Amino acid sequence: MAESDLTVTLSRPSDVAFARQAAMQAMTSIGASAIKKTKFVTAVSEIARNAIVYGHGGRISFEIVGNGSQRSVVAECTDRGPGIADVNQALKDGFSTGKGLGLGLSGARRLVDRFKITSSSDTGTTVILECACR
Amino acid sequence: MEASVGTTPIVTITGCVIVAIRDDLDDHDILALQDQLVEEVSRKNAVGVIIDIGSLEIVDTFAGRMLGAMAQMARMMNARTVVVGMRPAVAMTLVELGMTLEGVETALNADRAINLILGERN
Amino acid sequence: MASETTTASLLQDEFEKILSAWMKAQAKEGVKRTDLVSAKETERQSRDLLTALARSSQTAATDASFDFANPGWDPVRDAIEEITESRTQRGVTPSEMGWFIASLKQPLFDHLAADLAEKPKQMSAELWNTTRMVDQIVLQAIESLVSKREAVIERQREEMTEVSAPVVKIWDRIVTVPLIGTLDSFRAQTVMENLLDAIVQWEAEVAIIDITGVSTVDTLVAQHLLKTAAAVRLMGAHCVICGIRPKIAQTVVNLGVELPNITTRVDLQSGLAYAFERIGVSPKEQ
Repeated sequence: MAESDLTVTLSRPSDVAFARQAAMQAMTSIGASAIKKTKFVTAVSEIARNAIVYGHGGRISFEIVGNGSQRSVVAECTDRGPGIADVNQALKDGFSTGKGLGLGLSGARRLVDRFKITSSSDTGTTVILECACR
Repeated sequence: MEASVGTTPIVTITGCVIVAIRDDLDDHDILALQDQLVEEVSRKNAVGVIIDIGSLEIVDTFAGRMLGAMAQMARMMNARTVVVGMRPAVAMTLVELGMTLEGVETALNADRAINLILGERN
Repeated sequence: MASETTTASLLQDEFEKILSAWMKAQAKEGVKRTDLVSAKETERQSRDLLTALARSSQTAATDASFDFANPGWDPVRDAIEEITESRTQRGVTPSEMGWFIASLKQPLFDHLAADLAEKPKQMSAELWNTTRMVDQIVLQAIESLVSKREAVIERQREEMTEVSAPVVKIWDRIVTVPLIGTLDSFRAQTVMENLLDAIVQWEAEVAIIDITGVSTVDTLVAQHLLKTAAAVRLMGAHCVICGIRPKIAQTVVNLGVELPNITTRVDLQSGLAYAFERIGVSPKEQ
């Protein structure tokens, strides 16, 4: 069964709300619990905003994976920005080059089941978030 | 007082500026709401700001910082800020994010918030 | 007609014969489990599944283009769901479930061998079609049973956690939860959820967490308690942690864990006294 992909363009701050809506829709469609939904959508909000504010814009796509009772939503957010020089440092709580980058990134990691980030000055930043339904 | 999109109209009762956020607001609307609330506090010389987030499913660090900033500005005008109706899932998520919303008081609902601000006990 | 014999046609023409032969084969394979599933139920379930199979094989392809994902096979899928639902409850194992269905091959093979004895090529093709089809149904049934069992286990785990940490409204605007035993991540999360939900439900102003029964308090447990207290505050209530035994106080201080803005008390009684004070009730008024 093919699951639909959903991509949201991230260029203006108001696009973060669209990313949230898409994330919420995806989580609802896999029957996620309220707490899982809230955690995932909040994490998406953080990452999407980072892409716009620090990453000079980009896009986020959603995919539903797995089957039966254990499905998950995978979000992949890419931006074309300057990249994060020291990812490990950025993931430490409270680290911030601008207003509030710190809590958002490390917080997002704690909220999801799977978190992966790659970043360089050539390719920008890519963050992958995954959350199962329960 | 006109409403921002996605909120109830802002009203002031017994010295408390009250608004309920109904929908997921985008960044622009959040900032606009902040402006309107500060204006109202000043205009009515209010002693409190009560923000009902009972309908909000998502409160991220941006919204959290806005609430914190709101509380700071209100405090400068000698008013207290109370957030009410936070959903359990939202509370758990904010804690996981490390957002403590210091400077922002909380109460279960608007009634309790008014009592808190005006100093009565039921 | 013998030249037209396929599994699909057999299911139409020889339905009752195949059904009773299948029931016999089940008994032979020892999969009847009459201790768990009554003979009557087994007969009904077998009949339902065979009926669905007969229906589906009329429209959906059973030859090389067989595709179980085809909606034509929905009746069979539905029949399987119903059967596994009841069998999961009874504790039937996946392999018993599998053999229950696989034993259907015997009567089908017998008939095919008899009818197509003169046409070996057609017979082997039809035997293969039948095998593929029944195997697919077996797999579906096993998967369905296993995932239902997992759901049951998950539900039991949640229920156990709730029972072992019930949140109680102990007074107007005061809720309390006694924690007993160990506190792993899953339990801590569930306790937090239940506590917060109870605060909403009872419009509580104070939540008392009684850790008298908690065996060890290490950094992890302390963190869980901190998170819970923080969440309680965000919702507009106040958190009190009581049951602080000397050992716990020592551990917490030695671990260097800070408990800012959290009210702690030695036992439930003093925790309650504090709560009454906070909501403005004098103990004499109880």
